[in-house]
Amino acid sequence: MAYETIVEDNIDILVCGAGLGGTGAAFEARYWGQDKKIVIAEKANIDRSGAVAQGLYAINCYMGTRWGENKPEDHVRYARIDLMGMVREDLLFDMARHVDSAVHQFEEWGLPLMRDPKTGAYQREGRWQIMIHGESYKPIVAEAAKKSADKVFNRICVTHLLMDESKENRVAGAVGFNVRTGNYHVFKSKAVIVAAGGASMIFKPRSVGEGAGRVWYAPWSSGSAYGLLIDAGAKMTQMENRIVLARFKDGYGPVGAYFLHLKTRTQNCNGEEYESKWWPQLQEMVGKEYLDPEVSHATHRPIPTCLRNHAFINEVNAGRGPIHMITMEAFQDPHLEEVGWENFLGMTVGQAVLWAATDVDPKNENPELTTSEPYVMGSHATGCGAWCSGPEDISPPEYFWGYNRMTSVEGLFGAGDAVGGTPHAFSSGSFTEGRLAAKAACKYIDDGKAKGIRVSDKQIEDLKAKIYKPMEHYKIYRNEVVAGSVNPNFINPRQGLDRLQKLMDEYCGGVTVSYMTNEKLLNIGLKKMKALEEDMEKLAAEDFHELLRAWELRHRVLTSESVFQHTLFRKETRWPGYYYRGDVMKLDDENWHVLTVSRRDPKTGEYTMEKAPCYHLVGADE
Amino acid sequence: MPTFVYMTRCDGCGYCVDICPSDIMHIDKTYRRAYNIEPNMCWECFSCVKACPHDAIDVRGYADFAPLGHSVRVKRDEEKGTIAWKIKFRDGREKNFLSPITTKPWGKYIPKLAEVPAPSKEMRDSELLFNEPKYIRLDDGDLYTLKAAGLKLKEGVYY
Repeated sequence: MAYETIVEDNIDILVCGAGLGGTGAAFEARYWGQDKKIVIAEKANIDRSGAVAQGLYAINCYMGTRWGENKPEDHVRYARIDLMGMVREDLLFDMARHVDSAVHQFEEWGLPLMRDPKTGAYQREGRWQIMIHGESYKPIVAEAAKKSADKVFNRICVTHLLMDESKENRVAGAVGFNVRTGNYHVFKSKAVIVAAGGASMIFKPRSVGEGAGRVWYAPWSSGSAYGLLIDAGAKMTQMENRIVLARFKDGYGPVGAYFLHLKTRTQNCNGEEYESKWWPQLQEMVGKEYLDPEVSHATHRPIPTCLRNHAFINEVNAGRGPIHMITMEAFQDPHLEEVGWENFLGMTVGQAVLWAATDVDPKNENPELTTSEPYVMGSHATGCGAWCSGPEDISPPEYFWGYNRMTSVEGLFGAGDAVGGTPHAFSSGSFTEGRLAAKAACKYIDDGKAKGIRVSDKQIEDLKAKIYKPMEHYKIYRNEVVAGSVNPNFINPRQGLDRLQKLMDEYCGGVTVSYMTNEKLLNIGLKKMKALEEDMEKLAAEDFHELLRAWELRHRVLTSESVFQHTLFRKETRWPGYYYRGDVMKLDDENWHVLTVSRRDPKTGEYTMEKAPCYHLVGADE
Repeated sequence: MPTFVYMTRCDGCGYCVDICPSDIMHIDKTYRRAYNIEPNMCWECFSCVKACPHDAIDVRGYADFAPLGHSVRVKRDEEKGTIAWKIKFRDGREKNFLSPITTKPWGKYIPKLAEVPAPSKEMRDSELLFNEPKYIRLDDGDLYTLKAAGLKLKEGVYY
């Protein structure tokens, strides 16, 4: 093959994907490894990559211990109830106790954090959220990463991890290709931190045609956080826990600032409050322990996000849609009106454009909301990701194997979307997880755990052949047909993505089936996934750009298969409003108050599933 | 709303190609100017619009749900540290917004960690990160632990 092989050798810490998690990892790694070689491999350009590329208007995870606002354990309890109990409380406590130090540094670096003029404290949007002018959030943290890293490789799509051949289950680096030059890049590294993105676009989106890219999570979040790790045989957790978002219709503009700061509320088409009428029935499904509106009303305990979705979905299905956000009251205040618009311009410009295009002024009318297609990720109100070790001073034995944020593969660490069981990390928490992983990765190397790594030329050459296969395939078969995209010998990445989205939607609880699935549907879906996996061997790419889409699709397919397996394994409906197992419509704490853990054997592709104990924070004498 | 490029303004400099997170701004080989090669993978993040030195890139709402006749223009100024937006509605109304994007000169206050004093062994063996514990609360308080909080982790069903 004509593609040049470029080897970067003797790396200590390789960071794959430099969004908020990866920039945090690269920045911090330099402190603990001042003489270490730190390298970033990023699919796009780190100045505008990852989920925060277009900016943010809020930092959603800030304790404010400095002002006595919250303690780390308060945040753990919040995430616990929001996720119906299914979280890793060791990892959450650890993230929460460090996150403020990241935010205070952001302010020092120049990120404009709004202040409450009365108290001088950061302007709160809600209990956990602070408001920022974050258009340049990503360029600012990228600057920090660039100052720490020895080298930044932009436009490298990392496709696979390299595995050590002298010791089983130990990482040895990563490989990928440059999406511009097409060159093959080999990164030999003692430790790898996977900080790639979660998965958008694996379920059929509500939008069609051009608007298919107007998804809630970035279209470039291709599930590589999971694809890379699953392919390396790392254990995954809570992959069934996909998230559905209630957002402004079509543009998916955020609602957090509207609910929390602008104090807006929702109503059905008749102008009625609708949530409370669904609570009694829902309480029978999940139990009073998880849904107690009276307690929620009297305390800070939230009604879980999924349960509020449930009320929304059922109200619409009962024929009383659309659900409106009542903005007309708040928007009469010019300051709040400005906040409402700048909130979109700061992080979801498309919603502002849509309202401009449709003449929606929320001062004069109450905009429509909708529930999105599902997403698989690990840093918003859900916690999909790798099964990682926690910190030594907190984690129980089942959650600890030597190095903080290390996956079940030695030397392979995670941050951000890659780490499972840590919802509500958001941008600041993901950055913090990157920092934690970086310190632990340096220690792993200093402890001599990365000695004697061996990578054969054969492994490197085999992976090279694999990576370019879609281009070879295209060259071989394209002239068999006159022209066009219909070919009996291959499918292109878009055709593969369309098939994946359709089958995830119909068999795994997407939007067209009102988030419903069951064992029979899941088994049919898995059968279709197997055929798709086989067809993935016949994927064709016309150029390097399509090759990028081909490997993004590969990571999305690996992610989706894991979602199927986990959804099949958990025989209950734990998160009504995220998805329903129609054959087991109740929450079942007796059998399923556990975390689900999977491993895909990289050699055979076979899945093994297990239950892992769920630990919770309790008083020291309980 | 996917991006598009005005023929007469683009000079093919490639800033948009360099910055696009979705790898969809490419140079057309015939016209030597940039264009959006895959509108249905565009997140309307405006990274290319902000990066364009000639204001050559604009956006037009997604055809499947946004009627024509609107515009959202932006000017990002790193020197001034501001971003200015102009929204034009279909019916002709306008809204303007101006926000800060930074409070400091670019990158000047970000430390070079290769040059700060190396962490002690005690620090390495602790759970602390760079600048901690100081930066957690900006006082003399230490890192939070379960023990100090009077808590422990216990297996079982708790709410």
